[in-house]
Amino acid sequence: MSQPTLVIGNINWFKYASPQTFYPLAGAMIPWFAWAAAILCAAGLYVSFLVAPTDHQQGEAYRIIFIHVPAAWMSMFIYVVMAFWAGVGLVFNTRLSHMMATALAPTGALFTFVALWTGSLWGKPTWGTWWVWDARLTSELILLFLYFGFMALQAAIDEPRRADRAGAVLALVGVVNVPIIYYSVKWWNTLHQGASVSLTGAPTMAATMLTGMLLMALAVWMYSIAAVLHRVRSIILEREHGADWLAGFREAKR
Amino acid sequence: MSIAPTTPSLRDTPPRAGGEFSVLRAVIHRDLLLALRRRSALATVLLFFVIVVSLFPFGVGPEPNLLRAIAPGVIWVAALLSCMLALARLFAADFADGALEQMLLSPTPLGLIVAGKVAAHWLMSGLPLVAIGPVLALQFDLDQSLLGVLALSLLIGTPVLSLIGAIGAALTLGLRGGGVLLALLVLPLYVPVLIIGAGALDAAGAGLSALPHLLLLAALLVLAAVFTPWAIAASLRISAE
Repeated sequence: MSQPTLVIGNINWFKYASPQTFYPLAGAMIPWFAWAAAILCAAGLYVSFLVAPTDHQQGEAYRIIFIHVPAAWMSMFIYVVMAFWAGVGLVFNTRLSHMMATALAPTGALFTFVALWTGSLWGKPTWGTWWVWDARLTSELILLFLYFGFMALQAAIDEPRRADRAGAVLALVGVVNVPIIYYSVKWWNTLHQGASVSLTGAPTMAATMLTGMLLMALAVWMYSIAAVLHRVRSIILEREHGADWLAGFREAKR
Repeated sequence: MSIAPTTPSLRDTPPRAGGEFSVLRAVIHRDLLLALRRRSALATVLLFFVIVVSLFPFGVGPEPNLLRAIAPGVIWVAALLSCMLALARLFAADFADGALEQMLLSPTPLGLIVAGKVAAHWLMSGLPLVAIGPVLALQFDLDQSLLGVLALSLLIGTPVLSLIGAIGAALTLGLRGGGVLLALLVLPLYVPVLIIGAGALDAAGAGLSALPHLLLLAALLVLAAVFTPWAIAASLRISAE
């Protein structure tokens, strides 16, 4: 059987499906993404906290959304990306795809937690309570449980190959369930009570607010990519420990 | 490589009477027989259900209006936990004595065998809950007219629980701390069934029709019945490798 190839622009992209070629590539990319994250984050925080006007309804407390919304976007997006790599890993049987899925989970869980935490901080002054059983909040909480389940399953299995593939099946089952969970929670919530404040019903945002939010969203993207690449490198080091090709790298000797 | 087979394949031979479905019947028969030989395990799950439901009045107090309001949720959550508790046994014995390996090697599609196993499992652990749920609802003074809805929602909902849970059972096969891990994997996926199942009773209690909820539950059952055997089979292959 011949190797699968995916040639776009004279580069065989499957070449980078091997930990051996991906490891140095990831190492070279990390500083770029990390610096982009730092710069965008500084710019985003400056615009969000110093430039953007105070909201006439919610006062200064609304500024939490500059962190909350990008974190919430990222938390959901990472789960989909994780399921994508899990699926690729199952179909093409590429080890690196599974490592990618494993590396994405903690970052996804982190952003889910940040979204929940900041949501609760925002809810106190705005809704007058730390927690409401709002559809978004509740789905986010269940998403956090799904991340924990994925990580717990992989941690419980000693054999890497089984851990990879078992986690992949769970991630795919989870990603099919996420929309069902979201709509059932939404439906359940509307039967019981309506949210006191809805973001969709809020007045349109000032341009500076939107800029701040987008900058923060980009910063979160860059951070996630840098963090995940770093984690993938650590996983490669761990799994390929003792492999010949690693001998040239200083960090492999420790 | 050409697609035309050079040797006679299964496709050329006429289907046997019953075909694959005789295997399905045999699997269900075998698992029911095995379960009936060990009745204490069945009774444990049922007793667990009864005890969990009976604990709630101690926790929240004997106020009838309150109990009436929480009854659907309590019974459904208890059913969820009982189903999950029973799941750990679904593949464990077959895994231990090597029968599972024979199933993996069998020419019959694994999804079908697995569907049979889940069906037998549900008959032994889900169906009793359907029967006893309405009785427990009487403890909570649930309106008599709702008992039928409760039984129906459990009848449609518990097979979904067994099907989804079987994926978790297959993934955690033979792992240490499997039981708690199973709960972590499976319970978040149970949320839609819980919402819709308990929602049917809330709707009926509020004088609305429970039909939309029951139909949604049935839709979940159809989806689960079609897709989960495939996922369970894949998980078993991964775990037993």
